[in-house]
Amino acid sequence: MPRKKFGSNQIPRRREALRRIGGTVLAAASAPLRAQHTHDTVRIGTTAVILDDQVGFLNTWRDYLERRLGQRVRFVQRASYREITEALHADELDFAWVCGYPYAANKQFMRLLAMPLYRGKPLYQSYLIVPAADSATRGFGDLQDRIFAYSDPNSNSGFLVPQYEMLQAGLDPATLFRKSFFTYAHRKVVVAVANGVAHGGAVDGYVWETLALRSPDLTGKTRIALKSGEYGFPPLVARGTLDDRRYEAMLAVLVGMSDDPQGRELLKALNLDGFAPPDDRVFDGIVRVLRYVSLREQLPA
Amino acid sequence: MKNLSYRYKVPLSLSAVIFATAATVSAVLGWQAYRDLRSDLIAGAESLGRTLSRALTPSMLRDEVWGAYETIVTPLDAADRGPAAQRTITVLDSRGAVFISSDPRRFPMLAPASALGPSFARLQDAVASRPGHGSAHLVDDAGRRVMVAVPILADDGARLGTVVLSYAETLFLPRLYATLGRVALSTLLVLAILVPLGWYMGKRMAVPLSGLAYAMARVGSAPRTELAAAVYRGDDEIGQLGQRFERMLEELEGKRELEKQMIVADRLAAIGRLTAGIAHEINNPLGGMMNAVNTFRHHGRGDPVALRAASLLERGLAQIRNTVGALLVEARVESHALTHEDIEDIRILIQPQLDEQATQLEWTNSLEAPVALPSTPVRQILINLLLNAVQAAGERGSVRCAVACEDAAMIIDVGNGGRGIPAGRLERLFEPFAAPDAPAAGFGLWVTYQLVQQLGGTIDVTSANPETRFVVRLPAVTEA
Repeated sequence: MPRKKFGSNQIPRRREALRRIGGTVLAAASAPLRAQHTHDTVRIGTTAVILDDQVGFLNTWRDYLERRLGQRVRFVQRASYREITEALHADELDFAWVCGYPYAANKQFMRLLAMPLYRGKPLYQSYLIVPAADSATRGFGDLQDRIFAYSDPNSNSGFLVPQYEMLQAGLDPATLFRKSFFTYAHRKVVVAVANGVAHGGAVDGYVWETLALRSPDLTGKTRIALKSGEYGFPPLVARGTLDDRRYEAMLAVLVGMSDDPQGRELLKALNLDGFAPPDDRVFDGIVRVLRYVSLREQLPA
Repeated sequence: MKNLSYRYKVPLSLSAVIFATAATVSAVLGWQAYRDLRSDLIAGAESLGRTLSRALTPSMLRDEVWGAYETIVTPLDAADRGPAAQRTITVLDSRGAVFISSDPRRFPMLAPASALGPSFARLQDAVASRPGHGSAHLVDDAGRRVMVAVPILADDGARLGTVVLSYAETLFLPRLYATLGRVALSTLLVLAILVPLGWYMGKRMAVPLSGLAYAMARVGSAPRTELAAAVYRGDDEIGQLGQRFERMLEELEGKRELEKQMIVADRLAAIGRLTAGIAHEINNPLGGMMNAVNTFRHHGRGDPVALRAASLLERGLAQIRNTVGALLVEARVESHALTHEDIEDIRILIQPQLDEQATQLEWTNSLEAPVALPSTPVRQILINLLLNAVQAAGERGSVRCAVACEDAAMIIDVGNGGRGIPAGRLERLFEPFAAPDAPAAGFGLWVTYQLVQQLGGTIDVTSANPETRFVVRLPAVTEA
């Protein structure tokens, strides 16, 4: 079962160990959340794959979904991708908007629900950004011995893809930078690069472009040095244990959003064109990258 | 400054002192405000530093750079992110290298302690030498910044690093300027009150001095009363000067008066000697000539033309003798002592003149015991003065006469309410022929003066509205 194999190998082993410890702690800590669990409430986890720090937008979207589903909806936010992934695994969430990387790595307990359409396609890119003042950097090789900001260790565009691209260019991600750190949100990677905390950063291309529309001052302090190939856009997934009726109902609401004005308003706020029904082939690229990176990590240095 | 009047010098000096005091007080207040605001800034930075050091502990332990960055930029505002940041917060690791800074361009991550400058090194040393949470601060004079360092400690007290807050002094400049503005305004208000007051007081202090200077500059050219009015009176030094000055004026005037009197007396004495000499020279041949004319009349041949001529000669020679006799005044000492009645006689003697002009006479004769003065010349003096007074008083005028004896002197005081004597005539009043409009009385005052002189007395004339007054003072002893 290649999927299962990927699931256990995708993340560096150190993090895997942490994840397991964290998982048990989290399971105990989130007991009250489970106690509130009723079949009436639809719980949706969000991550920094979208600009999920906009409470006003999430409230509007929640009201919309409640009306369309006829059920109470609750958005659940956590500090990192891992916490959302684990909450989904623990059946604390019904749906989640996750990154393509955790999906590709955890297909055994996630069921692909819907694929956001960005610029008409369910695809996006990873950007290597540098401060606007740096006009020389063209690729990762130019950032040797510099400070680098990743978004989340479980992010496709903010960690996996740049690792892959460095390996492809014959660079060792573990020793290339003087220091690297995680900001746990794409937007914060842009802030880190814009403020000069890091000399380069890996960011979700969709998030950068959406920020460029909303906060051009911030993105204006950064420059895109390199764009990656296209990968599957962070999808909405359902927990594997969710019943088909609720799965179908949610899918229908999401796909139908582009058909009514309020849904289109919300999609516009998300800088998306709509949601498409699931097609697992879209994430084959991420699976390939994941396999490549995992194999390289297993090779002796 | 030497040529400047004290009227300006004293107010200027006072104003200068007020200015200097106000400026000094303002400067001290301004400096104090600067020190206070800087201590406030240090205290604020230390307080924030302690809060940050606790919040940073987990990030330091887990090497979470971004978490630390978000912690240190939270208290800063947008203005502190630019290149001209007034406040920068830098976290140093246990080796003194930069862990994270709010100004990562100036203090890049992992920059070694040696690259941060001497202020950081001094702070690091100072913090390291202090136990526990002890913080250190310094004022970076070169950069005009206040820097505060607070250690970041693990729960067991191990040092994880240091948080360094660097605040530009410009942070409190707006408040400093506001304070300085208020100080300046208060100073101006105080000056607005004190400078005019000081100027006024200074002027007042200088006024007596300038009054004295004014009076001194006009000695001799302005009347004494005008000068005395300009002089300040008081017991202080200038007041004493003023008193001395007034006394000096008095003495000066007395001296001048004395000189004038001496000139008059000298002149009269010279005239007296001259007339006496001439009178003797005339009297010697005159006696012979009168005898000759007399002999001619008695022993001539009775030619009527010759007799008429002899009679003419005799009358002319008699007039010459009378005139010379009048000029040659001599008090005859053989007369008896003066009594009350002698004076009363004179009142009777001049009564016809009084009646003729309907003149009022106010008569006081307070002489009681006989006075050791020859009666004849004294009576002559009194008659002359009274006749003069009656004449000066004019029709229906008034004349006053008082005769008294006091302090071993006899005083004859005669006044009249006439037109008075012009100032020009007063000086030559006692000279013979001094009154061309009154030839009849031409010798009256001359004779009076000569008699008074011979009796060792003085005669004073004052002529002022409403009375012209002659006062004769003759030394005498009352015979008990």
